[in-house]
Amino acid sequence: MTTETQTHDEHHDPPYMLIFLVLLVVTLAEVGYAFLPLAKFWLAFGLCVMAIWKAVLVALYYMHLRSEPRSLWILVAVPMPLVVILIAAVITEF
Amino acid sequence: MSSHTPAIQENMMVHDSTYEPGIQVYHMKLGMWVFLLSEVMFFTSLIGTYIILRFAHPDHFAAPGEVLNVPLTAFNTFFLICSSVTMVKAFAAIQKGDQKGLKLWLLATIVIGACFVGIQAIEYVALVHEGFVPAAAEYHALGRTGVEGGAVLGGPLYGATFYTMTGFHGAHVSIGVICLVFVLIRAMRGHYTHSDHRGVELIGLYWHFVDLVWIILFTIVYLI
Repeated sequence: MTTETQTHDEHHDPPYMLIFLVLLVVTLAEVGYAFLPLAKFWLAFGLCVMAIWKAVLVALYYMHLRSEPRSLWILVAVPMPLVVILIAAVITEF
Repeated sequence: MSSHTPAIQENMMVHDSTYEPGIQVYHMKLGMWVFLLSEVMFFTSLIGTYIILRFAHPDHFAAPGEVLNVPLTAFNTFFLICSSVTMVKAFAAIQKGDQKGLKLWLLATIVIGACFVGIQAIEYVALVHEGFVPAAAEYHALGRTGVEGGAVLGGPLYGATFYTMTGFHGAHVSIGVICLVFVLIRAMRGHYTHSDHRGVELIGLYWHFVDLVWIILFTIVYLI
């Protein structure tokens, strides 16, 4: 998968095409959902959930985070609380 | 040394001079991840700014599809997702020592990435032609969803935030395409092998990150 583990011949690719199809279907679902006659909150909530789901899939499978060492996971996790704090801070200001 | 797994010990021997024992990845990869995480904060600050301005001045922003061309951008999003697949296919190819596959998939990624930038440029030209520019005090759109021409659909903050966010992302994609061209040239010269293809992995990380950012931006800027 990564350079750390590629020295082994028994290499199995992640389901790249399956992930692609999921990303495609969720993108289409997002566009359709955005124009549903729902309350603004539920529109934003649903769209954010779908976007985050897609972003996580890209990070886990295409960026191969799924097979990285735990230490790299910790490194990646460090700024995430800061992201949440920043977004939460600006939203709760109003 | 003895506390490491056999795979890590083997890697330490292969990449002895570039291996980072604490984080268990090679130096350049660690550097790329740190860079990408700084980019996370950069784009988060842009998104945070957008949110705070939109909450503070809702009259400056139009509903989805009224001003921005959602179908065209959804098509462009499809393009960028496709480019992520071709990029990861290039990586998978060189992992198996498939030099031809590496070059073909890299070339496909470059072409699709360039198409994304081209479509974004077409979108910008169309929007500017309609009067949707960052400094416009009022935007009188032709209307895409039944809004009659002449109606005020937004204020200056809409254009300013839109062009800032999508412009920075477009710049990242453009830089990625240029870097991919360099990687392709190196691939054509045979610089990457089954056992050492760090350059392909690094540009792949950057490219997927750009895709990931667009997934978020598309939702926030175009759909919400």
